[in-house]
Amino acid sequence: MRQLLHPICTALVLTPGTSVALEFNMPVGVTETSQSIYGLHMTIFYICLVIAIVVFGVMFWSIFHHRKSKGAKASQFHGNVLIEIVWTIIPFFILVGMAIPATTTLVDMYDTSESDIDIQVTGHQWKWHYKYIGEDLGFFSILATSKEEIENRKKKNPNYLLEVDNPLVVPINKKIRFLFTSNDVIHAWWVPDLAIKKDAVPGFINESWTRIDKPGTYRGQCAELCGMHHAFMPIEVKAVSETDYTAWLAEQKAVKQAEAASTELVWSQEQLMTAGAVVYEKNCAACHQADGSGIPQAFPALNGSPIVQGPTTEHMAIVINGRLEKGMPAFGEQLSAVDIAAVITYERNSWDNKTGDMVTPAEVQAFIDKQ
Amino acid sequence: MSGHTETAHHGPAKGWTRWILTTNHKDIGTLYLVFSLIMLFVGGSMAFVIRAELFQPGLQLVVPEFFNQMTTMHGLIMVFGAVMPAFVGLANWQVPLMIGAPDMALPRLNNWSFWILPFAFAMLLSTLLMAGGAPDFGWTFYAPLSTTYAPPSVTFFIFAIHMMGISSIMGAINIIVTIFNMRAPGMKMMDLPLFVWTWLITAFLLIAVMPVLAAVVTMMLMDVHFGTSFFNAAGGGDPVLFQHVFWFFAHPEVYIMVLPAFGVISQIVPAFSRKPLFGYHSMVYATMAIAVMSFIVWAHHMFTVGMPLTGELFFMYTTMLIAVPTGVKVFNWVSTMFRGSMSFETPMLFSIAFIVLFTIGGLSGLMLAIAPADFQYHDTYFVVAHFHYVLVPGSVFGIIAGVYYWLPKWCGKMYDEKLGQIHFWLSFIGVNLTFFPMHFVGLAGMPRRIPDYALQFADFNMLTSLGAFLFGTTQLLFVYILIKTIRSGKPAAQLPWDGAKGLEWSVPSPAPYHTFSTPPVVSDK
Repeated sequence: MRQLLHPICTALVLTPGTSVALEFNMPVGVTETSQSIYGLHMTIFYICLVIAIVVFGVMFWSIFHHRKSKGAKASQFHGNVLIEIVWTIIPFFILVGMAIPATTTLVDMYDTSESDIDIQVTGHQWKWHYKYIGEDLGFFSILATSKEEIENRKKKNPNYLLEVDNPLVVPINKKIRFLFTSNDVIHAWWVPDLAIKKDAVPGFINESWTRIDKPGTYRGQCAELCGMHHAFMPIEVKAVSETDYTAWLAEQKAVKQAEAASTELVWSQEQLMTAGAVVYEKNCAACHQADGSGIPQAFPALNGSPIVQGPTTEHMAIVINGRLEKGMPAFGEQLSAVDIAAVITYERNSWDNKTGDMVTPAEVQAFIDKQ
Repeated sequence: MSGHTETAHHGPAKGWTRWILTTNHKDIGTLYLVFSLIMLFVGGSMAFVIRAELFQPGLQLVVPEFFNQMTTMHGLIMVFGAVMPAFVGLANWQVPLMIGAPDMALPRLNNWSFWILPFAFAMLLSTLLMAGGAPDFGWTFYAPLSTTYAPPSVTFFIFAIHMMGISSIMGAINIIVTIFNMRAPGMKMMDLPLFVWTWLITAFLLIAVMPVLAAVVTMMLMDVHFGTSFFNAAGGGDPVLFQHVFWFFAHPEVYIMVLPAFGVISQIVPAFSRKPLFGYHSMVYATMAIAVMSFIVWAHHMFTVGMPLTGELFFMYTTMLIAVPTGVKVFNWVSTMFRGSMSFETPMLFSIAFIVLFTIGGLSGLMLAIAPADFQYHDTYFVVAHFHYVLVPGSVFGIIAGVYYWLPKWCGKMYDEKLGQIHFWLSFIGVNLTFFPMHFVGLAGMPRRIPDYALQFADFNMLTSLGAFLFGTTQLLFVYILIKTIRSGKPAAQLPWDGAKGLEWSVPSPAPYHTFSTPPVVSDK
């Protein structure tokens, strides 16, 4: 009940600073572009408000005064060329007045001059991939909210559905160019505080740029319907100082080297099973379901699947190369050899699948190299 | 027709075959209206599922894939099943009555264009039961989500769309031919009632864009089954091409759904203001201007697909310009009321609500036209608020106003005014409670078409859901009022509204099965 009354009370009193602050308006944002868009939005809004007050004012004045019950007699006029010309021309000039600042802002946004950092953003069903061009660094960014929270078995945290495992880290006060594309369907990358919303279209590259004024974490979501888990591929941008950014880059590269080295390690089946469960949950469960049952006619079951229970080479071929015509991505491009080995081992020894065998990272690497 | 004079006095055929074999414009009008009312409830129950799931954050009732099927089917059914057939129903009843014609020009075609619809929608709805589920790619069905990544039922969806398109085109041809050829002697084009004018212009829009819709779904069919790559970049195609072709259809489609409502309002406001319509000529020209401009604004739905600057500017300017003729219409309605002698029966209440709320939807449309600001609005609930404001208190209120206004003529009985007013006020409160908070969540950053959302959107979503439940259940009252009127309403006079003008009021209430077998003569004014 409190939850029910809350919006009504807040709407009536408009008190700021209540327990959950209600957002009525567009964020001002942290870039010059977002601030000028906000200004534009408010200007147009006030113009519309004035128009509405004038038009509805006249209308309600008539409704109040010129009613039959008050004995109003209808006049019979039905046209006036002069006033009709006037109310065609005046709106036209109001529109010109709106178009001028809109055009200026738009031209600014299309500034294609050289940038300091280029990041390629690739939409995948249902995660984002960020590639720092020229830095030999790229990673996936996947929803970090737990299934328990989504299914209401656990209290939802304040960043519910707006949190990821690996946020995009960028420096402030640098011109950052984003290059958007997609691996499957159309997605749209949107961070309200940066005022960037751009479609990620498979086979094409769109661009957009930003320069962030303030350090902080800025959250957004995919804005173009991209299938089942469209609501579950958020964006998290961490804007940090330049020194922090450089340190973060170095750290990421070190992590990547360690990962590459782990392909050479000897893995036990238990280790692979544990790692595989995590990889499966993040990358496979959305379609094939946590219990491997799939969704009939859309996504095949892995539990009891002849491919999962059959020869390992066939299993590897599908995971690594995908089945693009059926919507199965080629995970060879997305996951490390360790992750692929782990997830295959996991699938072959989970639910009713009891093959007992394991696939090692070295075997996966060999398979990829042979292609 | 010598020797057949007495057939003109025959009533309708007996039994249920009357409704299948009928070529009578009044019967077919009734069929269209009843069909669209049923579809309103089918589409509405899907909205119910959507709003129940969105009542609170978290997934409670449905899985995301079913949620997507609901949003898709809700949109398709409301657009093609509820709003469009309702207007064709109004046209079937009213166009012949208002121009003094004995029937539609092509009565058998008329029968066929209606009877395609139940089959088309049965096919579309049957996809809900198919393995893989119903279409789940949104009513805008963007490729490649609707081609490479679509459920198998997409083929049935394509076929259903083709059937609806055929029905619409035939209906449109019929209306044009009727208006051009069957006006009462002496009735010039500039004597046509505004409802007839707006429908004439709408019919031309339908003929122009329905083939474009047919083209785009055919291209999809080719991509899905025959190995072409219209919308597949890997094969040399372009997913954005889909959006261009789709919106070239769908923007005029938006006006198809609202121009006839403009016509209805332009009949009702003068009648209850007891004053002639202000600026008849400018109303006609403004409608034509809106129709022509609807063909050059389509890419304002696509400001974020990555267009060159000049493209953005062109579509921003043309879109803004549409505000001029639309403004003219609103000013004319207000001026019609000005110094009138107004009374506020149910049709007038719905019409006034139409003018106010449609204008709000128009103003938010103007905001959306501003390309840089649209980068923030695009694909959010702000857009959902905008198009529901123009379609629900816009088109749907226009239809309801027309039904209340002409119902006494159709069935010869008067509806219960008190219940009508209750229906209005509950609808008015419900519709605003549902759609106004959507502006806020949209601006605050909630994307559309999501089954689950971040916590800061929770309060407004709950309010929206409550409003939706109120608005939805209120429409059951509408059905009750209709049934009560037909079964036990008080007899209506030939002219139930003292301010109403036009040929439809020159025939008795209820309108006889055959009217204007001898054309009325319209004297030169």
